[in-house]
Amino acid sequence: MALHTLELDLAASAAKVTLPAPSHTGVTGSSDLEIMLTPAPLSGRVTVKIVTPVTGFDPLWARVMQKFLDETGLYDTAIEINDNNATPAVVLLRLQQALAAAL
Amino acid sequence: MTNDDKRNSWRKRAADTAARKEAAAPLFVKGKEVLAKDTVALLEAVIRPFDIVNIEGNNQKQADFLADCLNKVDRGKIHDLHMVQSAVPLPAHLDLFENGIAKKLDFAFGGPQAGRVAKFIENGKIELGAIHTYLELFGRYFLDLTPRVSLVCAYKADRKGNLYTGFNTEDTPAIVEATKFREGIVIAQVNEIVDELPRVDIPGDWVDAVIQSPKPFFIEPLFTRDPALVTDSQILLAMLCLKGIYAEYGVTSMNHGIGFLTSAIELILPTYGLELGLKGKCCTHMILNPHPTMIPAIEEGWVDTIHCFGGELGMEDYVASRPDIFFVGPDGSLRSNRAFAQTAGHYAIDMFIGGTLQIDKYGNSSTATAGRVAGFGGAPNMGCDAKGRRHPTDAWLKCGQELPSLERDIGNIPRGKRLVVQGVETFGEGRKPVFVEELDAWKLAKSANLPIPPVMIYGDDLTHIVTEDGIAYLNRCKDMEARMAAIRAVAGFTEIGLAAKPEETRALREAGIVKTPADLGVDPNRATRDLLAAKSMRDLVTWSGGLYNPPARFRNW
Repeated sequence: MALHTLELDLAASAAKVTLPAPSHTGVTGSSDLEIMLTPAPLSGRVTVKIVTPVTGFDPLWARVMQKFLDETGLYDTAIEINDNNATPAVVLLRLQQALAAAL
Repeated sequence: MTNDDKRNSWRKRAADTAARKEAAAPLFVKGKEVLAKDTVALLEAVIRPFDIVNIEGNNQKQADFLADCLNKVDRGKIHDLHMVQSAVPLPAHLDLFENGIAKKLDFAFGGPQAGRVAKFIENGKIELGAIHTYLELFGRYFLDLTPRVSLVCAYKADRKGNLYTGFNTEDTPAIVEATKFREGIVIAQVNEIVDELPRVDIPGDWVDAVIQSPKPFFIEPLFTRDPALVTDSQILLAMLCLKGIYAEYGVTSMNHGIGFLTSAIELILPTYGLELGLKGKCCTHMILNPHPTMIPAIEEGWVDTIHCFGGELGMEDYVASRPDIFFVGPDGSLRSNRAFAQTAGHYAIDMFIGGTLQIDKYGNSSTATAGRVAGFGGAPNMGCDAKGRRHPTDAWLKCGQELPSLERDIGNIPRGKRLVVQGVETFGEGRKPVFVEELDAWKLAKSANLPIPPVMIYGDDLTHIVTEDGIAYLNRCKDMEARMAAIRAVAGFTEIGLAAKPEETRALREAGIVKTPADLGVDPNRATRDLLAAKSMRDLVTWSGGLYNPPARFRNW
């Protein structure tokens, strides 16, 4: 199965929180994903690297990530996601859980 | 007696039935028993071309041997049958049309054969009468679709024709009553012919022939959900449902549709539901198959009464051991009955909650997709407001009182409304958007020449939509414009959801028409499998004290 890699460079509408330490949440099981959050000096921005078997959903990924950043105000973070066909609802929920676990 | 007048012009059905039974007479071995090897000959003796014929089968038990035998009759003798039956899930049901034995079909549920149904309609092999909901079809058995011959199924029979349908009584009483009391012919396949039955579910003089099938009838464990497959996001939706709907309206009586969301709800009743103080206040009376995922809530004392449409494989002993909760016969085993469960599901319950594949921007929903004529079984019957209902309950009244249109329609008279809830993730399997501009049902109507798009739940019956974005309280919307805005507000990143205007959504939230998880005080970080009272099939067995006996394919430990 060829994997598709998507890289995004985003920023929250209002920067509010950053991480004290790296964190890891979830597993790349069917319809699920794993998320790694790493603090990084990115001048307030957030980089996102997504590896997924699914193509054709790049704009949807960008919208989901932007919504997460706007809701949380996360900044100066590198996010890595290994996806296995998670729905947007699952992605957003896992991101929220990952951040809660890291703070 | 007032039937002294013997004019034959009023007794054509009786005479016809007598002639058919006469033709079959040599096939009976003892009492009403016919041997399996003579089944095709029996069917050829009692069925005539153009007859209305019922093969019993719904989404659970199947008169599969009789269906196979009907495919083997001489099509020179028997053809153009009009099949009326709850469901056509077996290949044999469609083979009848392929083989030219049957021509017309009236049904409620297509299941796995939905693709063939669509194809056969398109190429003229099936002349479709209509797609019904179960009660509607049963109703027509007593009106204009009365079966001339019915092929039913039971666990056991005696040679007088008495039937024991037991745990899976399901549709049998409705079919047999309609057929026999209009002088039709009832043939039953049974797993076993015995001298004494555990109890009589169908009296012998309503049955013309019994056949011991070479193998037990097929039955599908359709309502078994493995807790191990419940996802966090389903748990989030379940939390939203419990707090924003069950608690908000105090819903005591309901049906849980098939699917993982309702399993998740059942599995967090003893944890999150308890925390919300809902025990004794919600889910006390249910119209439901014996869902294995209900075991923890039942064991914790949540439930007063459950009446079942049908049985569920593996739940026999558990149900028989909880007779205070379930409807059981003098023999101790469950008596299910689809007609009565659907009647309760239509008139008596306060809420129907289930899922769907698509919801359009107006709130109409359907599981129909292009190329599949699937039907909806009982969902349309329970997923609607029963306009004939007259008894009030708190939940029903509150839902009705919130309707801004009530006064416009009926002045100052109080009236309630059934809660009809659809819980969905905004994107389903394969990231297909659930919220769509136009239902695929329209395409299907075109390709299969249906007069109307098959809608499972109409928008004016749908009162609540629950997604990961929150709850849209559609019953609180004053007009179509407000309803469409509320739907957009919970439609996530689908094209419909992207059309939501932030200021409009804010106003809806202030008015309590849309509530996000935060508005409801539901913390998504708690939406994990830790909330499930049982996390695996094995946990369910443990909860049941070893009484639940899962089918082999669910025994994964």
